Amino acid sequence: MKQARIAFEGRVQQAWEDQGKVRLADGRRVEETEVVWLPPVTPGTILALGLNYADHAAEIASKAPEEPMVFLKGANTLVGHRAFTPRPDDATNMHYECELAIVVGKPARNVAKADAYDYIAGYTVANDYAVRNYLEGFYRPNFRIKSRDNCTPIGPWLVDAADIPDPMNLRLTTRVNGETTQEGSTKDMIFDVPFLIEYFSAFMTLQPGDVILTGTPKGTVNVMPGDEVVTEIEGVGALHNTIIARKP
Amino acid sequence: MTSVTLCPGGPLLSGAVYGCLLNVQDELDRLGDAINEPPYNGAPTGPVMYVKTPNTQVAAGTPVVIPADVEQVRVCATLGVVIKDTLTRADADQARAAIAGYTLVNDLTVPHDSLFRQPLKQKCRDGFCPIGPNLVDAADLPDPDGLAVRALVNGECRQEWRLAELVRPVATLLADISDFTSLYPGDLILVGVSPDAPLAGAGDIVAVEIDGLGRLENPLVSEGENA
Repeated sequence: MKQARIAFEGRVQQAWEDQGKVRLADGRRVEETEVVWLPPVTPGTILALGLNYADHAAEIASKAPEEPMVFLKGANTLVGHRAFTPRPDDATNMHYECELAIVVGKPARNVAKADAYDYIAGYTVANDYAVRNYLEGFYRPNFRIKSRDNCTPIGPWLVDAADIPDPMNLRLTTRVNGETTQEGSTKDMIFDVPFLIEYFSAFMTLQPGDVILTGTPKGTVNVMPGDEVVTEIEGVGALHNTIIARKP
Repeated sequence: MTSVTLCPGGPLLSGAVYGCLLNVQDELDRLGDAINEPPYNGAPTGPVMYVKTPNTQVAAGTPVVIPADVEQVRVCATLGVVIKDTLTRADADQARAAIAGYTLVNDLTVPHDSLFRQPLKQKCRDGFCPIGPNLVDAADLPDPDGLAVRALVNGECRQEWRLAELVRPVATLLADISDFTSLYPGDLILVGVSPDAPLAGAGDIVAVEIDGLGRLENPLVSEGENA
């Protein structure tokens, strides 16, 4: 099952995917362009992985990490499917990052890898934009590059974990204005989904709704105002976003 | 004096809890030339933020479990600012008007030397962010930048620092954060921590004091003890 949070007819409501349309609780089916898409989850904690694909690590850093490179983001960053993300005037390299997002299903503390999947509610797609030239050396990646307003589109759907039998073998694709610019597979993650649940829950209690963004593969390129960026993960969804100019 | 009891996650504290690195002059001075050397490669151009995640947030009096792999924690006493109106790319006057009030925060931290990566294992352990006991209305504390912050261990004051040492005073800090990260009603911002925060371990009682805000006290217990 794929579910969403949307606004429609002046109300925030839950909705479901139904044969390419959006099904409302009252049974009506509407087009996906008729609704306003909200982030499918409202997490308390948003954890994110940097350099979690060897090819992307080689693209932007000298070597792959030996321990997960983790950072936190604020809820101010999240926007839904078909939303708009501002690009600052002085950005020289603002790039998308197509990522599988794990949504935690129940409180998780000291969970072993072997049991990790029992603690996952489902998956969605995230686009973890970065303004690369804002990267600084303290508590890196600093908020100014990674925790910017509207810079983490997420959705469209929260897909039940049961519908994704092997999250470690999914194709990731990003298209900019229809042209494929990023391709990869979740099988190339350095620290995989069960490892991450064990790793985080060893030092903090994860709560239902918490989100883990699992990193992005090679192929991150600069995008400009007007570009439409579609980050897609096989079986999970295709998340649309449009870049706009941030007013000075 | 208007003050109400604060409950982490409750209606008055429904949002994010953010801390700020390098917002106390002494912190910057200690770094000295290292700020320009690898891995830092220069002073930050804006506020350096971190998150105290919801699992860390506890009320006054709640026992805090010191995990088995942690010997001691730093008792980082600071002022917490609670937001009542959304701030996006605000100026200092707008920021000042958007402050609901103030409270005490104990930003418990596992000692760490490197400031290069975000300190999740050092700052995001369960219970590592006592908050409270009260929210004091902003109108009752017109000049927070003039106050002193005290960290206590077992009733003894081990550190005192003044909010006048803030690199960015409260309203400027909020405004500068809001340039890239909007602040929302119910968010809590810790204004900074001073170096040399005292160390404490399981069995100790730790506290934070600021005149006019009372005392935030929590016992530290070892893992396995009945918390």
